[in-house]
Amino acid sequence: MKKPLLQVNHLTKKFGGLTANHDISFQVFEQEILSVIGPNGAGKSTLFKLISSFLRTTSGEIIFDGNKISNLAPHIVARMGIVRTFQETTIFKNMTVRESVVVAHHIRAKANLFGYFLGTSTARAEEKEFARSADEILDFLQLSSLANEVASNLPQGHLRALGIAIGLASNPKILLLDEPFAGMNHDETMQMVELVRKVRDRGVTILLVEHDMAAVMRISDRIIVLNFGEKIAEGTPAEIQENEQVIEAYLGKEEDLVGLYTC
Amino acid sequence: MGLIIMQNKKILFTALFLIFVLVIIPSLIVMTSRWDLYYTLSSVALLAIASAGVWLTFYIGRINIGQGAFALVGGYVTAILITKAGFSFWLALPFSGLFAAFISVLIGLPILRLRGVYFAMITLVLTEVGRLSALALPITNGAKGISNIPLPGELSFAGITIIPDFASFENPRMAFYYLASVLMILCFATLYRLSNSRLGHLCRSMQQNEELTSSIGVNIAAIRIIIFALSSFMGGIGGSIFAVMSQSIYPSSFQVADSINFMLNCFLGGLGYVFGPMLGTVVLYFGWDLLFQTGKYQMLIYSSLLIISMLVLPNGLLSIRLSGRKKS
Ligand SMILES: Nc1ncnc2c1ncn2[C@@H]1O[C@H](COP(=O)(O)OP(=O)(O)O)[C@@H](O)[C@H]1O
Ligand SMILES: [Mg+2]
Repeated sequence: MKKPLLQVNHLTKKFGGLTANHDISFQVFEQEILSVIGPNGAGKSTLFKLISSFLRTTSGEIIFDGNKISNLAPHIVARMGIVRTFQETTIFKNMTVRESVVVAHHIRAKANLFGYFLGTSTARAEEKEFARSADEILDFLQLSSLANEVASNLPQGHLRALGIAIGLASNPKILLLDEPFAGMNHDETMQMVELVRKVRDRGVTILLVEHDMAAVMRISDRIIVLNFGEKIAEGTPAEIQENEQVIEAYLGKEEDLVGLYTC
Repeated sequence: MGLIIMQNKKILFTALFLIFVLVIIPSLIVMTSRWDLYYTLSSVALLAIASAGVWLTFYIGRINIGQGAFALVGGYVTAILITKAGFSFWLALPFSGLFAAFISVLIGLPILRLRGVYFAMITLVLTEVGRLSALALPITNGAKGISNIPLPGELSFAGITIIPDFASFENPRMAFYYLASVLMILCFATLYRLSNSRLGHLCRSMQQNEELTSSIGVNIAAIRIIIFALSSFMGGIGGSIFAVMSQSIYPSSFQVADSINFMLNCFLGGLGYVFGPMLGTVVLYFGWDLLFQTGKYQMLIYSSLLIISMLVLPNGLLSIRLSGRKKS
């Protein structure tokens, strides 16, 4: 049996009286695409923020590569290789695409900031390397033609790609994608699915949260279903589609239900 | 090719600027015997240094209306070290900057988590706290302040005089002018280098989105502290020289109005440009003086012009000249 890259053990998060995540446990294996689905307010984003340490856990623990990472500072977790992209298409608005991706290489910097200030040879060599790597990532995500565009001018689909490019720049082992397909039409979604697969094929493990059932069923190796903060099911797309509890949780949400059956 | 031309242009501009500040202005003063201008221009240079610090905190997305407090700290530390502990000014100067920076780290740790109007308000209160502390503490001598601070003595190294005793100059004001303008040049050179280095890029990222910046592995808390300390260091240096130049320091030497002016200097010059605070300081300082003739309407006209310029030029005065270039 493969060793898990990430282990979530009995994770609970309370906001005052509200339990957003309750006793959630699961494992993520290397190079898989694991999706977390669930109705609005089920606690998916909260789970992501706990894993990337943007929120403190109430109880339970998160183990990455054998080390406990829950409640470390977010930049430390990012440095260990868990990098999140953002739901709200959060980007560096006034920077160009290329600048954003270059600056996102910070994790890889070995020279310290003072070295960069003085322009030591290590620092200059690194800047060159970051620029090269940024171009490679932009090329990989088909953003090269937009490299000098200011980020806030990008259309939505490209913004998501930019979010992923920023994530890739920090050389993640696990990339957390929060609703990468939200607001996209069918064609855009299918392109994004391809892109996420390509990223996985680079060796990056993908954990994603998503509403779009059709896309989730298509892309995922395994799926975890949350409802009211609890994990109610886990399995392959085929298993999830058969699961009574999952169907029940989605009852009354016709669009999602359709998605559940059409693929 | 374009890059080389731009490089050459930069070197040319820098050289012209240095010649203007260090040769042409002093020559003009000598020719016209307007010795008072030395004092005026030294003040402008010191205010520009303090404003540069405020610009740095803008750079990480924080509106800083507390620079007056750090200038006051710098002034008092210098005054106390020189008059009570017998320090040389040349030792008191860096010490004052470092002390202001140290205080800013202590204060910054809790308050730098705040953003927007909350941070601005806290720093505004800080300026007032600075003034009140200077009034209340025994060591600062209350409202009477500390006066009769001696002029800077000789700075020597291994028996060789680097800077002569200011009192030995026929016109100590000229010495202050050179001191203030050289430090201002160093300060803006540092700012320029910083903004073009990785630290500057990270500051810009933080200004736009702190969460995203920490998600790419940046210790944003550390960078906020570094920048705030650097900012306050500049405030402390400005205040220190101000104290020895006017040979006195009072609780009212730097107050809320000064803190606000430092901020306005940055706004007016342009937050997007390293040299914005310098230009802003010059324009605001002399603009205010020029309006002196208008008597009781001075404040009204001054404020109106300021509001209009911010409406017409939201990116500051420097955006006029640079607007054509920026896009390319
Ligand atoms: N910072 C917070 N403070 C208080 N309640 C929160 C916070 N973040 C999320 N919640 C609540 O936790 C629940 C789960 O939210 P979330 O994880 O965003 O759900 P999802 O992403 O699945 O739609 C919701 O009821 C939400 O209102
Ligand atoms: Mg969500």
